[in-house]
Amino acid sequence: MDTLTFLLSGTLLAATPLLIAALGELVTEKSGVLNLSIEGMMALGAVTGFIVATASGSYWLALLAGGVAAAALAAVFGFVVLVTLGNQVASGIAVGILGIGLSGLIGRPYESSTIAPMHELPIPFLSNVPVIGPGLFDHVALVYCAPLLAVATWWLLRSTKVGLVIRAVGEAPEAAHAIGYNVVLVRFCAVLYGGFCAGIAGAFISIASATLWSDGIIAGRGWIVVALVVFGTWRSGRVAIGAYLFGMTTLAGLLVQSTGIAIPSQVLTSVPYIVTIIAIAMLSMDPQRIRLNAPVSLGQIYHEAK
Amino acid sequence: MKQATESRRGDPLLVISDLTKRFGEFTANDGISLELEPGEIHAILGENGAGKSTLMKMIYGVLKPDSGTLKWRGKPVILHNPAHARALGIGMVFQHFSLFESLTVAENISLAIPETVKLLRSRIAEVSTRYGLPVDPDALVHKLAMGQRQRVEITRCLLQEPQLIIMDEPTSVLPPSAVPILFETIRKLAASGCAVLFISHKLEEIRSLCHKATVMRAGRIVATVDPAVESSASLAKLMIGRDIPHPSRSAAKPSDVPALSLHNLTLAPDDPFGTRLDDISLQVRPGEIVGIAGVSGNGQRELAAVLSGEQPLPAKQNGSVRLFGGDCGHSDCGHRRAQGMAFVPEDRNGRGSVAEMTLEQNALLTGYARNLVAYGFVRNAAVSKFAQDCIHEMDVRCSGGDAEARSLSGGNLQKFIVGRELALKPKILVASQPTWGVDIGAASAIRQRLVDLRDEGVAILIISDELEELVEIADRVHALFRGSLSPSIERGDVTDELIGSYMAGNFSPEKLSVEVSGP
Repeated sequence: MDTLTFLLSGTLLAATPLLIAALGELVTEKSGVLNLSIEGMMALGAVTGFIVATASGSYWLALLAGGVAAAALAAVFGFVVLVTLGNQVASGIAVGILGIGLSGLIGRPYESSTIAPMHELPIPFLSNVPVIGPGLFDHVALVYCAPLLAVATWWLLRSTKVGLVIRAVGEAPEAAHAIGYNVVLVRFCAVLYGGFCAGIAGAFISIASATLWSDGIIAGRGWIVVALVVFGTWRSGRVAIGAYLFGMTTLAGLLVQSTGIAIPSQVLTSVPYIVTIIAIAMLSMDPQRIRLNAPVSLGQIYHEAK
Repeated sequence: MKQATESRRGDPLLVISDLTKRFGEFTANDGISLELEPGEIHAILGENGAGKSTLMKMIYGVLKPDSGTLKWRGKPVILHNPAHARALGIGMVFQHFSLFESLTVAENISLAIPETVKLLRSRIAEVSTRYGLPVDPDALVHKLAMGQRQRVEITRCLLQEPQLIIMDEPTSVLPPSAVPILFETIRKLAASGCAVLFISHKLEEIRSLCHKATVMRAGRIVATVDPAVESSASLAKLMIGRDIPHPSRSAAKPSDVPALSLHNLTLAPDDPFGTRLDDISLQVRPGEIVGIAGVSGNGQRELAAVLSGEQPLPAKQNGSVRLFGGDCGHSDCGHRRAQGMAFVPEDRNGRGSVAEMTLEQNALLTGYARNLVAYGFVRNAAVSKFAQDCIHEMDVRCSGGDAEARSLSGGNLQKFIVGRELALKPKILVASQPTWGVDIGAASAIRQRLVDLRDEGVAILIISDELEELVEIADRVHALFRGSLSPSIERGDVTDELIGSYMAGNFSPEKLSVEVSGP
């Protein structure tokens, strides 16, 4: 495999779970809820997906199971912040830790075991193009789905009634309530959706990219997801750019290391974060755009008047 | 047969009996009963804190009553939420607009109406021409002036074809020329059988529009009257329980040197939907009140921003804004405040105050220069006293200096902000809509304070949609039309016709248009 193929293919593999989870978190945040437990939800999705794939051999079922498990954890989070009105930041971190602990517990018997990778779905003709073909068009189906999901999320939020309601609830919950929307229900659904996406992303890591389970496998990716949404100024396109950029710089770091140039590995591992932050910050310097996209009520407790 | 009796005209549409709502110790509504017939325009009158808003929220399903019953078309109902109220045919136009700022007008309306944005566009256009409420369906709400936002609210409500519309102070942000058009709308609605609950503190409006008026004071109904046979003075007396004073004023004795002046100020807006200020010259001398009349959206926001320093002039533009003769067009708000200028912004939430902060913290925001900070530390006792003085001086109804700004009603917060700016003892005061949403008793107190301040030699500029306010206290009045300023009219020469024609652009032939309600 030549270098470029390796770079392209590795970028997609690294970016796909980030993008899927970030698009879910984007919808959650647009409804006004800041979910900081993505890391735990991805871990729970990863372990559930791994176990289901090992036991049943069905990778699709495994992805679904990962999503459902994380959505169940998201329901706990949703209950705490929306019904009992817990602080979103503190509750998010706590539920995240719960998810990580739970995944370690459930995954104990499977610690460090591996699994055959999910089957690739090469796209006819395109995958035969030299260099680019194997790099871009010879992947598991989810890799192709991620950019489509970005477009779908953009369309959902921009042009559909559902998207409009989510944005309205995230911007002015009192006003949304006053014109007759059930703010808590909308937010709860958005939280469940975000959890589901995070779970799928976690399962993708354990069964399609890393193809193993070990405690701590998510390794901070859940936090990158949260950062991508914020630095992407709550726009699907920018979140996608951020995810792929992050994936690419991660791979580039590996390549540099493999050439034997003497740069400390700590510097190389920090590069993706720095590059992503700088790039997205430059893309989103227009304060008016941020004002239009940032959910005004993000992170605030909504207390319905009785 | 049951249906026949229900739809017979003259049967009450809504019967409220003995409604009570408490918030902790405080009884906001105490045993309220009233009846509403189809086609009736019914006024609810009362000062801030009298309980009007609480009552309306219960009728619209936002709040649940502690006791008492609601009957809608003969049947007892318990309103679960606003959607339920809307499904029954109850619509509401809010005082604090329930609009989403980052969405367009059409998107905002589509949230309340089960129809696609595309289809709505034509219905919006139709309703807005029929009722004389011009709105651009594709405009983003956060770029609209207050008056324009209200048109969106009213249009949204009308599109739901309700049987009862609750209007909370609907004329408070409309230009005078649009008020008769709105009234025509309301009368048309009433003629078609729709009942209207009309909350207002403008007594003349109630007298000319409403069939019946319920007067509230301190959470109770004090009277139900026929407004046509009452006088404004008698209504006011019922409402506040005493006579209201009109500001006493003597002739202005302005000094000759202007405190604040604009010289041929021309400024293109940053905001693509803003108004271009066009060759504005203006002088405000110590000891006079100058009023700027005009329909909202004609450059008031831009002018206020240039005066306050929020919008500094471009570097090459010199001498257009002067404070006591010195060029200050480039200096920021803080510098201008340091030179003795104070501002009451139009937008009391977000510019005038920070909603999440307490009144004391809000007082500190502009009062810091009045010895409230020492060696970089906040002097808490002094801040507390300063805030207490503002609260006491303006009779702000709140739980104390530690109350969050957002816990206050709009009028009370406005009183606090005005009080804070007056307490700064300014030499120049620029006030936009100083009495917006403030009830009649408190508004007249604010106006009296402004006149007193003028007599102490302060230069005062007031930008207001309320023509009566300007006529009452200003010594000279200009009108703003599409970014151009009319010549000033001296107090004695102000007539409704003259100022009205200036507000429609009759001083500036090239900009004149037949449009009545502005851009």
